[in-house]
Amino acid sequence: MLQHLLLLATAMAPVQNAATAAASAAQAVPHALIHLAPIDIAILAVYLVFVIAIGYITGKGHQTSEDFFLSGRSIPAWITGLAFISANLGALEVMGMATSGYQYGMMTANYYWVGAIPAMVFMGVAMMPFFYGSKVRSVPEFLKKRYNEGARFINAITFAVFTPAISGISMYAMAVVLQDFLGWHFWPSVVVSGLVVLVYTFLGGLTASIYNEVLQFFLIVLGVAPLTIIGLIANHAKAVKHAAAGMHESWLAAATAGWGDFTHWLDTHQVSQGKTMLPGSMWLHTWMGTGHAAGNTLQITWPGVVLGLGFVLSFSYWCTNFLVVQRALAAKDMNSAQRTPLLAAFPKMLFPFIVILPGILAIPLLPHLVTGGTVVHGKLVSDTHTVNNVMPLMMGTYYPAGLLGLGLTALMASFMSGMAGNVTAFNTVVTYDLYGSLINPNASDKHYLWFGRIMTILGVAISVGFAFWVRGANSIMGYTQTIFGVVNAPLIAVFLLGMFWPRTTPWGGFIGLLVGTGTSVTLWILCMKGHPMAHFYKHGTTSAFWNALWSFCAGASSTILVSLFTRKQPVEQLTGLVYQVTPRGEVSATLAWYRKPLVLGILALLATLILNLLFW
Amino acid sequence: MIDLRLPIGIFFLLVGLLMAGYGVVSPNDIPHIGMKINGNLDWGIVLTIFGLLMTIFGWRGQRRPPERKNQQPPTH
Repeated sequence: MLQHLLLLATAMAPVQNAATAAASAAQAVPHALIHLAPIDIAILAVYLVFVIAIGYITGKGHQTSEDFFLSGRSIPAWITGLAFISANLGALEVMGMATSGYQYGMMTANYYWVGAIPAMVFMGVAMMPFFYGSKVRSVPEFLKKRYNEGARFINAITFAVFTPAISGISMYAMAVVLQDFLGWHFWPSVVVSGLVVLVYTFLGGLTASIYNEVLQFFLIVLGVAPLTIIGLIANHAKAVKHAAAGMHESWLAAATAGWGDFTHWLDTHQVSQGKTMLPGSMWLHTWMGTGHAAGNTLQITWPGVVLGLGFVLSFSYWCTNFLVVQRALAAKDMNSAQRTPLLAAFPKMLFPFIVILPGILAIPLLPHLVTGGTVVHGKLVSDTHTVNNVMPLMMGTYYPAGLLGLGLTALMASFMSGMAGNVTAFNTVVTYDLYGSLINPNASDKHYLWFGRIMTILGVAISVGFAFWVRGANSIMGYTQTIFGVVNAPLIAVFLLGMFWPRTTPWGGFIGLLVGTGTSVTLWILCMKGHPMAHFYKHGTTSAFWNALWSFCAGASSTILVSLFTRKQPVEQLTGLVYQVTPRGEVSATLAWYRKPLVLGILALLATLILNLLFW
Repeated sequence: MIDLRLPIGIFFLLVGLLMAGYGVVSPNDIPHIGMKINGNLDWGIVLTIFGLLMTIFGWRGQRRPPERKNQQPPTH
């Protein structure tokens, strides 16, 4: 989700990215409407039966609210690890990353290699002991334990308001794709898919959501990965043209040759971005030209990437967002909870190759795609031949019936995993941090379990309602996502000081949260209103990175300042919440190296470094 | 609790067999590239192998007695 929120800032910037200027003679545009064959429908049906069956099976035996909201803290690390990525892997991310690959190239991989992996490693090694060890049931509850009820309320209410809204936006985007490409009506797409998610989350709670997220993870990988391979083969076929007709070649040989043909094409062609022609080779680099904004496809500078994206934005999202933290809290023990984000880091770092690369490979294959849609009577009318649809367009062009069913089911799965993640996080925060904390603190556990199920229905209902609202007023989509991103940007300042500086006081944390968020929102409004600062940044992405950094500084400095002038907490209240006053366990001699969080973290960082060097 | 590898394995086994079977019955090449590559058969085999392995591991895991929950301090 973080990637999409940030890319949205890019989309809202006044940069017109036209499609590539390369000759558009090559490939015919696929039909706007894809007709599914019975085999495609069969694959989709098998998937729907399985997700509901998993919900039913995992729901049996839920007796306490902790079973429902936190899976009874009983899940192995490999499952929570894959769910950790999958909950974040909504349809908007899968399709949005391919779009960004088409527009900006491998520079987009910075959202993974800089904007995710280091934060995930830090989360597993340094922060998870406090989240899991303090036995909290949610991130807002941690804020209550470390600071006060006010800090919990701000975090909980923000999360509860925006989470189902974001889920509704994802639902809307998916329904539009189904409408445009398959000719399915909007409302049945939204209602039926919402019902499927409701059935399995209602029955099985977090366990059903996590188990299905793992199934969805494999489905997304195995349904979308062929697009990269076939994209390479198609580039090879395009290069050898008629010589390829009727040719027999293995997948591996053709794809390997395709990589050479594709990079040669980029090296010898100019690709346009608005009025500027840029060398095609720039589409395969992550750092080249980041010394100045004009030197790269995303118009970013490396200090903004490292400090704004790599530190503030990514740490705020991956280390404090309950949507992902909840997966780790469901782990069966401390070591599994710590390994959750670390094991997730390894597949996560490879995701650019299946979600971004197909978009880049589409540049020579579908060179005529345009930015944005058509505005009719103030509403955005989707146009199937836009860069936003590059992934379904690639599937429609190169997937035969059968493979197409698998690919579309993968897109459906990505939507459902994102939505279920949002709904299960929403029901937990509303039940524990709003209802259980403010309205009915002394109810029985059975009552909270009942209330949580009702909130599951409410979460899905709000998502569906929001999807219809967005359909009626398209502009709220962009604003909702951006505001959520902006509000969350400076959170990490308060968490880091709370966990690693014992002098931080409850008032310090509370004021720091308010000042950081206020600064972030103010800077965003100023940039939106055309303040000279916005012109200085030149590009929406750059301003998002720098605004996050300034908000972090404002939040951190106000927390420190207020803490120095308010009464500090007794040490015994901080045990288990703050690094310096929490007893640390010795590394067990019997623990295999691949179970040691620090070893896994170092390996993940080294692998990410290698990827950065390969695509420098 | 069911071993998750079991349903995942069965799912991909089913989908893989469906695709591979369809690839045999209706051997369509990947469109627009002009090469003889039967995408459904080849990828169906990949999914079937993956599904089979997951099913075997899941079945073996299901038969193993559940691990005792172990509360450890954080390790670095």
